[in-house]
Amino acid sequence: MGGLTSTSLAMDLAGLKLRSPTLNSSGVLGMSAPLLRRVYDSGVGAVVTKSLGPTGRTGHSNPTVVEVEGGILNAMGLPNPGVECYLEELRELKREGVPVVSSFFASTIEEFQASAKALCEAGADALELNLSCPNVGEEPGMCAADATSVERITSAVKRVAKAPVIVKLSPNVTDITSIAMAAERGGADAITAVNTLKAIAIDVDFRRPVLANVIGGLSGPAIKSVALRCVWEISETVKLPIIGCGGVSNWRDAVEYMLAGASAVEIGTAVMYHGFEVYNAVNEGVAKYLRENGFGSVKEVVGLAHRK
Amino acid sequence: MKAVKVEHVVQETPDITTIYFPSVGEAHPGQYFMVWLPGVDEIPMSLSTIGDPSSISVRVVGDATRVLSKLRQGDKIGLRGPLGNGYTIEGKHPFLVGGGTGIASLTPLAEEMVAKGVKPTFLIGARSRDQLLFKERLSKLHGLGLIISTDDGSEGFHGYASNYAGNIMTKSGFDKVYICGPELMAAKIWADADRLGISVQASLERLCKCAVGLCGSCAIGPYRVCRDGPVFDSAKLREVVSDFGKRRLDPSGRMIRVDH
Repeated sequence: MGGLTSTSLAMDLAGLKLRSPTLNSSGVLGMSAPLLRRVYDSGVGAVVTKSLGPTGRTGHSNPTVVEVEGGILNAMGLPNPGVECYLEELRELKREGVPVVSSFFASTIEEFQASAKALCEAGADALELNLSCPNVGEEPGMCAADATSVERITSAVKRVAKAPVIVKLSPNVTDITSIAMAAERGGADAITAVNTLKAIAIDVDFRRPVLANVIGGLSGPAIKSVALRCVWEISETVKLPIIGCGGVSNWRDAVEYMLAGASAVEIGTAVMYHGFEVYNAVNEGVAKYLRENGFGSVKEVVGLAHRK
Repeated sequence: MKAVKVEHVVQETPDITTIYFPSVGEAHPGQYFMVWLPGVDEIPMSLSTIGDPSSISVRVVGDATRVLSKLRQGDKIGLRGPLGNGYTIEGKHPFLVGGGTGIASLTPLAEEMVAKGVKPTFLIGARSRDQLLFKERLSKLHGLGLIISTDDGSEGFHGYASNYAGNIMTKSGFDKVYICGPELMAAKIWADADRLGISVQASLERLCKCAVGLCGSCAIGPYRVCRDGPVFDSAKLREVVSDFGKRRLDPSGRMIRVDH
């Protein structure tokens, strides 16, 4: 942690105490406690687990990832051992004093509530609702695209959750602000923006899609400007703190997100380019930026680019 | 992703096939490719021949390896790589131990060692004599000390390669041990070598999905086999001692027992 000046980077994000403004994005390195411990030792403010479902899932067949210009496409298919099985990893992280954001998904309100309770009881410091799941109950389609579902799930989870509830939004919607408002109405404590962008890659030699699932989600530098715009719009619409996510590779990207309205950033794909070191590098760069420009904390720059 | 055409196929043993294809660039012994069989799967395979042509050697264990082993000249496969760290040549008296298809990734290492004037000893082990991979190829390698073991005693030492390796290491003055093979074999040899104070490089295997170090499905302790490995040295093996030869993640991320 050498060089990380915790005094200027630490914050309370809707009740989640962060020593720095970086987190790993869900699905990246979140499979096991020892890997997440290594992420934490690399400087993040809190670790984010793999998205956990009510029961185990093996996910899609390979290829699950394909590299494209400016990032990667993935269609992992939400592989996870199920909430119950993962609780031991969560407890191990808590024994080691690591702040944990538990990402989870479900297909019924009851499952969402049961998972939220179990994760909070095992010590999750915050919950991150992954609503980019295929369907919830009777409503077909991705629930993150439906304001009514988002509000209903958020408020149901809020009723049982002891920890702050962060709602992660999908960029694959017509108007992300209406979804952000639904999360706010549902009582969300914060918003993560955004999940991956729906995309496809086709191999010209085999003349077919590369991913076994055909369609995947694009992440990495290629989506930064889109995700940043989402953060910008959400920041103009709701009062909730925002965690920016999408293509953050260096401190400049992180500061851009902060100026657009994000209090912290999640970093995933950049680990492929820069290794675990990316977290400390971003932290140190942000700290240096704050210091050199006379700011005492991250909070002072959040949303600054919106001033008229 | 590069598409390559199979140049030729060699049936090495009743269930191991070597698939040759044009070189796709520089690679080091112990590195691997993600091999894509459209519509079937994408699996990690280390190179059994480096250069032009290059090759992979496959034992049929599931759908992807069954399709791979039936490939014929002119068929196309997709390759992503080379990936991973590979072996590094160290020591004056290296001892290589390969079990089953583990012989595949150590063979180009043995060849590179010999080319560099290092004289390795290579123990190859298999269930029986007709399962021994690359026996002919290695026996022609001038400067290599080739030792053979078979579980059923049909050729060479009668018994497990791991037991034989333990005996050999105690008597001979090896200063480096390279291991690739079934995990229980590898873990036993590593433990013996470590007790004797001989440093090790072992190639590990875990379920590999993304192969770019992000998804974590190949986690062993705090490491990713796809990116931090697949070759682990003694220091890293010590850190993963509670997992190596003991437990691994299944496709859903649940921890299960290593059984072979």
